Formats: sequence, structure tokens, C-alpha cells
Amino acid sequence: MTEKPFNFKNYIRPRFFPHIWCPGCGHGIVLGSLLRAVHELGLNKNEIVITSGIGCSSRISGYVDFHSLHTIHGRALSFATGVKLSKPGLKAIVPMGDGDALAIGGNHFIHAARRNIDITAIVMNNRIYGMTGGQFSPLSGTGKKATTAPYSTIDRPFDVVELARSAGATFVARSTVFHANECKDLIKKGISHKGFSVIEILTQCPTYYGRKNKEGDAIQMMESYKTDTVKIGSKKLEKNPDLIQRGIFVENTDVPEYCEAYDEIIQAAMKGKA
Amino acid sequence: MAKGKTVQHLIDKEWCKGCGICIHFCPKNVLEFDKNDKAEAIRPEDCIACKLCELRCPDLAIQIIEDGEGENEKQ
Ligand SMILES: Cc1ncc(C[n+]2csc(CCOP(=O)(O)OP(=O)(O)O)c2C)c(N)n1
Ligand code: SF4
Ligand code: SF4
Ligand code: SF4
Ligand SMILES: [Mg+2]
Repeated sequence: MTEKPFNFKNYIRPRFFPHIWCPGCGHGIVLGSLLRAVHELGLNKNEIVITSGIGCSSRISGYVDFHSLHTIHGRALSFATGVKLSKPGLKAIVPMGDGDALAIGGNHFIHAARRNIDITAIVMNNRIYGMTGGQFSPLSGTGKKATTAPYSTIDRPFDVVELARSAGATFVARSTVFHANECKDLIKKGISHKGFSVIEILTQCPTYYGRKNKEGDAIQMMESYKTDTVKIGSKKLEKNPDLIQRGIFVENTDVPEYCEAYDEIIQAAMKGKA
Repeated sequence: MAKGKTVQHLIDKEWCKGCGICIHFCPKNVLEFDKNDKAEAIRPEDCIACKLCELRCPDLAIQIIEDGEGENEKQ
């Protein structure tokens, strides 16, 4: 644990600031929570590798002063898998958009979860394709509007938590950018957990999702994260089962971690040869 | 008892994009927009250093420095 007060300037590449995100975009709050999590864990910057795909969310990898790879839309987990297998000592963190993680990257997502490889996936769920102009994503939800669904979408959404759980992720949590401190704590737990960790963070895209769905500005969208979510198992669910639950849904330490299991195979193969 | 703590509000006006999140969610109504629609601490004496503004600023534009933080570091 570090005693020094947190100063984000020690963890960013200031030449890229002010950052590119729109006024009020929740992605910047996720960035802040991630930096605080790293600080409180007392991690060395050289121990961390951030791998991201393409999207507004994925731009995080350019802003942090860690090892970073800004790769291909949907494939960040595959790059992270390669990095992690060759350098298992690194902490692999993958900030992802909802489209990045669960549309084009859905296959990579379920297999990373199935393998239980020690990677922390932070799904920055703004329920839309922000970067490319507001197309609907597999997280938008039925009846929501997007540039590609002017009369509203008919698609049912994924539940990121349930999907991650059933695909085999061994740490699964959810929070929102309104609850920035909770986000930080969940990211810390996810990074410390040995295995595939998924932290879904609800984050506002006021520019596209907010405007298309008349959900107001960034402030109103954050207010709705306060009113529409509760801690897991809250009494409020009895009256309103539609409230979105926040907290840790899965924390399982009984499943072998992929890099360690692979290492055992290498050891066995070496013996076989000798 | 003093109303608040002695705190400095470091606001980077180049980075602030005027979203108003810090102003809206400040529990003590310390912050307001300046004439250029950037955040400003106009009632710093009311601040309780909860740092919610710093935590929720999407632009990393606001830092709360509590008096004494620097000294602790030296010890
Ligand atoms: C292979 C490929 N397909 C499509 C794109 C275009 N593209 C870039 S970002 C993006 C979606 C971004 O949405 P999301 O992942 O939710 O991130 P956000 O911008 O909302 O944070 C798409 C479709 C691309 N860059 N590469
Ligand atoms: S388009 Fe949406 S997700 Fe992208 S920076 Fe703007 S507000 Fe954020
Ligand atoms: S630290 Fe808390 S009380 Fe002080 S300005 Fe920020 S939000 Fe307001
Ligand atoms: S939250 Fe940050 S960017 Fe938004 S008005 Fe306050 S200081 Fe400016
Ligand atoms: Mg998105």
C-alpha cells in the first residue's frame, strides 16, 4: 500500500491532455478510478500492460503511463492473452467498449472467460457505439434509439454479468461512474484476483446515447445511475425488481488459472523429453 | 467548529470542459461556473474535502489538496 497522496499526474501521459472525450463523457471517470486503483495497490507502472481495441473507451491505453497496446477493434483480449502467456508476471488490464467487448469481440470475450486467463477486463458500457457515431450495440436494449435504429431497436440486450458468469469468468462485478469510489474498489479486487475478471461499469455517452434517447445531459445520466441501481440483494428490489444490481457477483478461486496450467504442461513436456 | 477544512481546489481550466458534474454533485455547493463556463471554487471555506468532485471529474481537471498533506509526506 502506498502512503503518498494520490496524484494522477504520476500515472498519465500529460502530452495527450486535455483528452479527446466529449464534455461529460463517463469514460474519463473510469480512467480516474483505474488510476486510483493502481495507486492504492501500490503497483509499479512497469508491472502493468494495458491492451485495448478501438473505440472511445479504448483510447484509455494512450492516456496511461503504463505499457500499452492500442490494437484492433474487438481483439484486445487476444492481444492481452498473447502478452500474458509470454510475460505472466505482468498485470494485464483491458479497458473495452460494449461493442468492442460483446459485439465484434464477443467470441474473444467468452473464450478468455472460459480459459480463466489472469486478465482484468473493464467493460465500459455506454450502450452504444460512441466512436463511430451512435450505432446501437448488443447492450443498447430493446426499444432504445440509435442512428441505426431511428424507430428504436428490436434487439434484446446481453446481461454482461450473466454472460461473463456462464462463460466461466471467476471474478464478475458491476458498478457505475456515479459510484466512482466503488468502481475503484472493484477494479482493485479484479486486478488482485488471479483469473479472468470482468468489471462492467455503466458509463454515459451523453453525445449519442443520451441525446438519441432523450436521457438528458451527463449530469442527468449520472443521476439515473444513482436512482436505477442498488447494491446486490437490496431490499428495494422487492418493490422494484428492475433495479440494476451493483457489487461482486462471482468470486471463485477454485478454478486453475490458464498461464499456470500451461506452465504445468510445459514442465510435463520437458520431463517427457528428457 | 470550523465549517470546513482548509483545502486548495486546483482546477486546470485548460482541461476542464465545463460539464458541470463537479458543481452538481458537490454536497456543500462549493463550486460554480466562472464566466468562461469552467469550474471554480467560489465558497472554498465550505469544502469538506470529500473529493467527490475530483473522483467524478471526467477530465481529471480538479484536484483537492488538503492542508497538511504535503507535510505528512515529509515525515
Ligand atoms: C474491425 C473493425 N470493425 C469496425 C470498426 C469500426 N469501429 C470502430 S469503434 C467501433 C465501435 C465502438 O463502440 P464501443 O466498442 O462500444 O466503444 P465506445 O466508442 O462506445 O466507447 C466500431 C464499430 C473498426 N475500427 N474495426
Ligand atoms: S461519443 Fe460518446 S463515448 Fe465517445 S467520447 Fe463522446 S460521449 Fe464519450
Ligand atoms: S471536495 Fe467535496 S465539498 Fe469540496 S468542492 Fe469537492 S465535492 Fe465539494
Ligand atoms: S467535472 Fe471536471 S470537466 Fe466537468 S466542470 Fe467540473 S472540473 Fe470541469
Ligand atoms: Mg460503447
